[in-house]
Amino acid sequence: MSETIDLKLHVWRQSGPKDKGAFADYSKHAKGISTHASFLEMLDVVNERLVAEGEAPIAFDHDCREGICGMCGAVINGVPHGHRKQTTTCQLHMREFQNNAEVYVEPFRAGSFPIIQDLVVDRSSFDTIIQAGGYVSVRTGSAPDANEIPIPKQISDRAMDAAQCIGCGACVAACPNASASLFLSAKLAHLNLLPQGQPERYRRTRQMVLAHDQAGFGGCTNHRECEAACPKGISTDFIARMNRDVLVASLTDKDGELI
Amino acid sequence: MQGVLTLTRSTIGQKAIVAVTGVILFGFVIGHLTGNLILLAGPEAYNAYAAALKGNAPLLWGTRITLLTSVILHIVFTMQLAKRNASARPNAYQKPRKDLVTTYAARSMVLTGPLLAAFIAFHLAHFTVPGIGINGVFDPHNPYANLVQDFRVWYVSAIYIFANILLGLHLWHGGWSAAQSIGAQHPKYDALKMRLAAGLALFVACGNVFIPIAVQTHIIGSSEQLAESRALVAAEQAEEE
Ligand code: HEM
Ligand code: FES
Repeated sequence: MSETIDLKLHVWRQSGPKDKGAFADYSKHAKGISTHASFLEMLDVVNERLVAEGEAPIAFDHDCREGICGMCGAVINGVPHGHRKQTTTCQLHMREFQNNAEVYVEPFRAGSFPIIQDLVVDRSSFDTIIQAGGYVSVRTGSAPDANEIPIPKQISDRAMDAAQCIGCGACVAACPNASASLFLSAKLAHLNLLPQGQPERYRRTRQMVLAHDQAGFGGCTNHRECEAACPKGISTDFIARMNRDVLVASLTDKDGELI
Repeated sequence: MQGVLTLTRSTIGQKAIVAVTGVILFGFVIGHLTGNLILLAGPEAYNAYAAALKGNAPLLWGTRITLLTSVILHIVFTMQLAKRNASARPNAYQKPRKDLVTTYAARSMVLTGPLLAAFIAFHLAHFTVPGIGINGVFDPHNPYANLVQDFRVWYVSAIYIFANILLGLHLWHGGWSAAQSIGAQHPKYDALKMRLAAGLALFVACGNVFIPIAVQTHIIGSSEQLAESRALVAAEQAEEE
């Protein structure tokens, strides 16, 4: 039994990076949407109708559609990934919307996330940050014995919490300063907490933080909007942990550099 | 060298400097208020306290230099960070981004900060150098009377009350934020830390708002006390001569 709803749908259309862009009204195309559809499936339906009319479909990023890859993402009525907590855009379902709801869909906006087209933004600045982190010292020969390196349960749990980050960029989109601190701190914590990440810990911290700043992201002012918008509920506690590591890296010689 | 540069060049290092200087200033305003509450003990005690502070040159100048350095670093780095943050999203949201959890105090830091700077300048001119008597002559030997006579003017009291509400807002976010910025975070102490920061911000704001109100309502500085303070200062000066 499938119910359907109509939406008053407004989607950001922008033909390319240089185009000014504007909201387009697709209420006509967003009628009779199944409440079982995901948000992206709703956009698929609208796109089919647009294509049938000979219009260009709305460009949006997606891959797994099961909330694990981090490709999807749009700001829906002012909230990255929409109003449902800890949910990616692909996992947001239309039953979360009222019939005749006004829905505004916009790309993640930040100077470091230039818009490619419509809802698609270039998040390669995240890759630059990851690359700046360099390597970790792990053996890549034959598989090591299980539990060869003892790791306390609480530590591995916290590292896994940090490793949940799917790098979607919602934290940047949600931050009043367009800071990527939550992403940055999650990536740092998941290595910095584990024994395998220790040898390069402080050097990695410093390099990734500098890469973050060079990419033009803002700084953290502790609004915690990122944590509220994060589809994985990553905690801003990781930001405090990162700040501590930056101070240690700056004020001691633990990173191997002489102060 | 790399390391120290990370401190002054990275957003996190700069924010840590803002936090440390903010905590120094926070500590000072707590001490400043606690000392000023001696007002409640009457003119003799208050003027004696003020004279003791002024007579202790290492304490006086140590504090002045620390505060001046802190305020300058605090302002320089917050302005640098604020400028960067304001330009990090050149393509603004067309349908405004919704705030989910942030507070008014947090959003208004870049506003309350500069307003506090303006107030601090006024406050120093008012009671320190040169000292401005808004309601009567300013007497450097009688801080009790300077304060009481001017706080009897409603708009002087209003300025101090308003500024200290701003200070309360600044510290409401600032206390917790500073701890986060220097990485003082532990799940065990988080709730305690937040309550402590909020409690101290409330103490500072309420205490500082209380003083002008108390003068206006004659809880502090009755006409007899005002006369007493002037008589004491006059007697002291006669003795010196
Ligand atoms: C009585 C004086 C002051 C005290 C006690 C104080 C305290 C603080 C504290 C504790 C913080 C938090 C630091 C952090 O989050 O890391 C802070 C942040 C800040 N302060 Fe102050 N401050 C004072 C004066 C000023 C002045 C005069 C200005 C500006 C002209 C200013 C502007 C700021 C700004 C812009 C921030 C950063 C806000 C943010 O990160 O969102 N403050 N202050
Ligand atoms: S498409 Fe993979 S997380 Fe949404």
